Formats: sequence, C-alpha cells, structure tokens
Amino acid sequence: MPGMRAGKTVRKRLKFRKEKDVVEQIIFYILTAIAIGSAAYVVLSQQLIRSVFMFFVTLFAVAGLYVFALADFVALTQIVIYVGGVLVLLLFAFLLSSKDALDTISEIPSGLLSANRLPAVLISLAFFGLLTYTFFNIDFQNLNWITSAQASGNVKSVTDDTIRNIGVNLMSRYLLPLEMISILLMMALIGATQIARKEPKAL
Amino acid sequence: MIPLQHFLLIGAVLFSLGLFAVITRKNAIQILMGIELMINASILNMVAFGKYDKIDNTGQIFGLFIIILAAASVAVALVIIMNLYKRTQTIDPNQTKSLRG
Repeated sequence: MPGMRAGKTVRKRLKFRKEKDVVEQIIFYILTAIAIGSAAYVVLSQQLIRSVFMFFVTLFAVAGLYVFALADFVALTQIVIYVGGVLVLLLFAFLLSSKDALDTISEIPSGLLSANRLPAVLISLAFFGLLTYTFFNIDFQNLNWITSAQASGNVKSVTDDTIRNIGVNLMSRYLLPLEMISILLMMALIGATQIARKEPKAL
Repeated sequence: MIPLQHFLLIGAVLFSLGLFAVITRKNAIQILMGIELMINASILNMVAFGKYDKIDNTGQIFGLFIIILAAASVAVALVIIMNLYKRTQTIDPNQTKSLRG
C-alpha cells in the first residue's frame, strides 16, 4: 500500500513537472514570436518613428529570453540600460535630427524583392543559412566542454543564486576586465562631451 | 529546459535582421538600431552558453560587459550623428561624402 502511494505521488510530481515544462515552453515561444516579429517590424517598416518605438518591444522580449537562459541579472541590466538609457537617447537624437524623415514617409520602394533590397536580402539570408547549417551540424549534447560541465555539476539550475556569483566573480576573477571597461567607458563619455561641445568661433 | 539550439536559432534570426537593417536603411540612427539588434543577438548567445558555466559565470559577465560597451558606443555614435546633422542637415550616410564637413 505505501509503495503504491509513493508511486502515485512520484507520478503526480512527474506530471506536475511536465506541465511546468509545457508552460515554460509556451511562454518561451510566445516571447520568441514577439521578439522576432517586432524585430522584423523594426527592420522592414517604412514609418521610421514606429520602428523606433517597436524597438522597445524587441528589447523587452529579448530580456525575457535572457530570463529563460537563467540570466536574470543580465535581463534586468538590459531593461535598465537599454530601455531606460540607450533607447531614450536614440529617440531623443531621432526627434532632434530627422525632421524631414518624420514628415514624409521615406520613398524607399517597399517590397522585399525590389532592386534596392534584393542584395541585402540575399546577404542576410545567406548568413542566416550559414549559421543554421552550422547549428544543425553540431551535436551540442556531445560537445566536450558541455559533457564535462554536465559531468562535474557545473550546469546552472533554476534555483541558483546568480547575482551573488556575478558579484563575487566581478570583484575577483574578472577584476581586470571590469577596470579596463570602466576606464574605456569614462574615455568614451569624455570624448562624447568633447565632440558635442560648441566649437569656438575663432576657428 | 529549453534546448541550446533554440536560443542559437533565435540569435541567428535577430542577427540576420540586424544585418539587413544595417545594409538597407538610409538613416544613421536606424543603422545604429540594426547594430543594437546584432549586439542583442550576440548577448543572447553568450547568455545561453553561460548556462554550462556555473562557477565562473563567464557568459553572463561578458554579456554585462557587452551591454556596457554598447551603451558607450551608442553615446559616442549619437554625438557624432548630431554633429553631422548640424553640419550637413542630413543623416543619410549615402549623402555624407566629405570627411572634414
């Protein structure tokens, strides 16, 4: 009797896990569809301002995909820096600079196969084909480093504390790249303000 | 668990779309948006591979570094675009032929 009950609970738990997996996959593929669809809209739309706003949606959906790759901190950073900083900056510059592009719908002939766009379509399709060909030729489950990581328990699970790990690693193992990037960021921002400042009239 | 290949395929699609934007667009800011799309695809790949590196966490940390560098590059690029607009009244890269303005 107890054995039967245990078997039942195990089966129930297995069923529950399977349902959770199904929900996870459904959400993942919805996010994928949103990301790819909005990215296609960004790329193909004739109305420029709409494509800029659609880029918000793309960035949010890609942040959701990062969460599914167990990188919640990267997803939050993406939202804070990209959506909050970079995209607002982009919108700002866009509204300041391309007034004529906003007034008139640009006269690029639409249609993917027009002479204007055919080479670009061919190049990007060829690149995509090359990448997918590579992905389907590699057996990812039997790669050396992946099997060794799985053997030594070096694989992330959902319950892991990644933020603490990132903090400790940034201050110990990746200290030199962190410092170099901070110096580079400072140089870039100083350079940006230097370029942006008004030139003296005497020149 | 979502298989690794699906992440890589999504990354490939986003990267190709970004490449298409960089080639076809006639507006410097939209070219910049295409570059951002490509950067996002590469971060997605980094993060997806980082699942198999729990102790060092290289994928996620370098994903963070990429985000920071992209922010810096966008700041510089936008300043350059604004300067270009101030001098030539256009941000179409096809029409800006002289380097000294």
